[in-house]
Amino acid sequence: MREVDALDGLMAIAADDAALHYRMLNRSKGLAVQGPRVQADRQRYRASIQRQLRHLSNLEVIEGEVGQLWLDKDELAGVIFSDGAHFAARAVVLATGTFLAGRIYRGNDREAGGRVGERPAALLAEQLRALALPMGRLKTGTPPRLDGRTIDWAVLEPQPSDDEPWRMSPMASGPRLPQLACAITRTNTRTHEIISAHLDTSPLFSGAIEGGGPRYCPSIEDKVHRFADRDGHQIFLEPEGLDDHVVYPNGISTSLSIEAQQAMIQSIAGLERAAITQWGYAVEYDYIDPRSLDHRLALRALPGVFCAGQLNGTTGYEEAAAQGVIAGLNAAAHALDTAAAIIDRATGYIGVMIDDLVLQGVSEPYRMLTARAEYRLALRADNAEARLSDWANEVGCLGDTRKAHVERRMAQRASLRVAPDPATVDADPDLIREVEEDRRYAPYLERQAQEIERMRRDGGIAIDSAPAALAAIPGLSTEMIERLGQSRPGTLDEASRVRGVTPAALAALWLHSRRKT
Amino acid sequence: MTDTIYALSSGRPPAAIAVIRISGPQAQAACQQLAGGVPRPRYASLRRLRDAAGATLDQALVLFFPGPHSATGEDLVELHLHGGRAVVRAVETMLSTLPGLVAAEPGAFTRRALRNGRLDLAQTEGLADLLEAETDMQRRAALATAEGGLSRQVESWMDRISLIAARVEAEIDYADEGDVAAATPMSLEPVSELVAELATLVARPPVERLRDGVLVALAGPPNAGKSSLFNALLGRDAAIVTPIAGTTRDVLEASVVREGLPYRLVDTAGLTDVTDDPIEAIGVERARRLAGQADIVLWLGLPRDAPAGAIRVGARHDARPDLDVGQFDATTSVFDATTIDALWAILSDRSRQLLGDAGELRLHRGQRLLIERALGELREIEGLDLLLDAERLRVASRSLGEIVGRDATEAMLDALFRRFCLGK
Repeated sequence: MREVDALDGLMAIAADDAALHYRMLNRSKGLAVQGPRVQADRQRYRASIQRQLRHLSNLEVIEGEVGQLWLDKDELAGVIFSDGAHFAARAVVLATGTFLAGRIYRGNDREAGGRVGERPAALLAEQLRALALPMGRLKTGTPPRLDGRTIDWAVLEPQPSDDEPWRMSPMASGPRLPQLACAITRTNTRTHEIISAHLDTSPLFSGAIEGGGPRYCPSIEDKVHRFADRDGHQIFLEPEGLDDHVVYPNGISTSLSIEAQQAMIQSIAGLERAAITQWGYAVEYDYIDPRSLDHRLALRALPGVFCAGQLNGTTGYEEAAAQGVIAGLNAAAHALDTAAAIIDRATGYIGVMIDDLVLQGVSEPYRMLTARAEYRLALRADNAEARLSDWANEVGCLGDTRKAHVERRMAQRASLRVAPDPATVDADPDLIREVEEDRRYAPYLERQAQEIERMRRDGGIAIDSAPAALAAIPGLSTEMIERLGQSRPGTLDEASRVRGVTPAALAALWLHSRRKT
Repeated sequence: MTDTIYALSSGRPPAAIAVIRISGPQAQAACQQLAGGVPRPRYASLRRLRDAAGATLDQALVLFFPGPHSATGEDLVELHLHGGRAVVRAVETMLSTLPGLVAAEPGAFTRRALRNGRLDLAQTEGLADLLEAETDMQRRAALATAEGGLSRQVESWMDRISLIAARVEAEIDYADEGDVAAATPMSLEPVSELVAELATLVARPPVERLRDGVLVALAGPPNAGKSSLFNALLGRDAAIVTPIAGTTRDVLEASVVREGLPYRLVDTAGLTDVTDDPIEAIGVERARRLAGQADIVLWLGLPRDAPAGAIRVGARHDARPDLDVGQFDATTSVFDATTIDALWAILSDRSRQLLGDAGELRLHRGQRLLIERALGELREIEGLDLLLDAERLRVASRSLGEIVGRDATEAMLDALFRRFCLGK
């Protein structure tokens, strides 16, 4: 989120405009492991995004269902709405969320849909499959929503918003909204018995859903099944809005039948009399194997088409937003014939995520975890601005207000870095902390910098991974040719990150590349 | 087009048998030409080998291993010849005339096995040792590595590091969640266990000592009898493997195997401090260095001058019957074989201690450095700063990964450069 903000994305500002609850994870631990988390008022978040979009003078918003990509002799010409309207475009970004051939599952009920009550994008899904693109299915889920007025808050452990005010974005300007507390409750053995008794109604366990679900935030029936030794799982009760009574019980996404959901909720402390305002469900949707994309998030098979978000096999708001920024920047670069905008693994989590996606593909919805980054000491939430501002400025994605902000901060940062004691310098407090943190990790950062340098030097050897070129390399097995052909790494270093590629295959690539030169 | 390579793959002739291996796309054609046919795969067949004119070169056992399921991953032919120098030379000459065949450079067979995915890096190093093994002890140690013993060990360590890292990562990314928060604080015990195991392996005798032999230096002042003793030691049931020519002013070295133990015997020039002769000065300098590196020093000078740990030898006992025997670990006379045998017995005892148990895994210098790096990182883990601990675990895991070549860019390139001569 901080990286999206450093690229002048709108998300963090909207989050601050709509924040009901701030929570800094690992507050008591070092700055580098702190994780800023915000809960936003749904309606206000939407309103903030709409307001910010209206202020973009060169943006025209046209609403409608894209039925298909407009192809002229197999080349992209634009998009065609399902009502037949044609829109010419040199570049198109597909961000289909969970809507592409979306199918909702709850108990034995099935319906077509991308979200509850919303139609799926069926036509576009048909077209993409017809184009013989490597499409697959993934699933995600959502919990039943509760009416906050029917929850017995008094018996639950409250979790207040952070006292100390902090912001997602330094550009946030409005006042802080009144803050709401969350509360924590737990499932219990009774809940688990109910779930186990109804497992046969779960489409996840009956085999109805073919798409792979995530390991890290599985449905409650998955948790109960896989961690049979646990006698309870935590649930965060999160209010969805200031003017709204809906509460999101985080931790119990489920696709069990309505009866099972009702019984399950009633078995949980504080929720005995809770009214359910909307049932939980699982949604299965089409995604495109991200190995068919390059580092610009451009579809190799169809120049001009860029993909972002769940379509690429990821999950999560931040993941989607980050890809949106990169796909959008590169779509613009494509339309304007300017240079590609790529962030590498050493510069940002965004770079790590995209590199992972396009080289390794996904076997479950991809979530950005800090552990995925090799250079985490350098990639901290608190220094996103320092890492990315120059790059963002170069590719031209900063607005005037942000630019002025960045320039002021860069000057402060420069004087802080040379100061014997940063604490005595007149500068933004967060910058002082950032520089102090840099100093604390300096020896390690130095070592990582050398590692990064080595990686860029040794790994920069260019390889041609077009299938015909691979086939001509002696010593590459058919399997390796297939794996490399899917991901199309451009350098030896990238090839080394392709899933399942053996050292022997790398040696063969390397020897071959040397022979050529 | 890949060359077909051939080389003498057994020990230096003369020997009872010499094995020549031919690997590559032309291996079958070469076999056809030389032996008049290609035997059934993986069956030994007695054939008469002929030169281009049809004259018999030798009668040999011929084996054919079709690729990709051969040691190199290519078609592979083995010729088991009578191990005479002339026989080997004649067959090699014949092979050199065949189209597409070139003499293999050192390491070329292994390199092909690596390239064709038949071996990982650790196995490659083990195999190289196995090929070079001169003694049973070397063979057993190398086999442990070549069969993947080290790879398995390293991978199991990496798995365990992953588990510890997962715990640290959970605390970083999911500190809020019930499962993580409820768990007891991270225990450092698994880290200590790993540290102990890595340290044990690092403490083992290095593979080089086993491969090259225990370095035994004969040292002492000029005319102390070093050269005579050197010859006497070689003369008694010791097979000279590679005598290195030199003058008495230089260092004389010989590799010998005795009772299954490998030795490098070095006769150093007299350790005289002052010399006007530049050649002798160089020899003296080398001698000093070798004596410093030696695993065992046989000291032939005055017992009180002996370097620490040296075996004090009272040489020329026959010429010096008044020697105070009690001051020496051994007294020798080149005319009395039993005294030489007694000295060998002392050397054997010491060497066995130095070489350790043969079946154990051993490390190359490069492997040792990587494990030491991992060890250093693991020892730093203190359970205070999660991010630093995660970083230490990452570096430790990466270092171990380099041993088996799991990490590509660095380990693989380094290993290739280190092990093979490339980039002409």
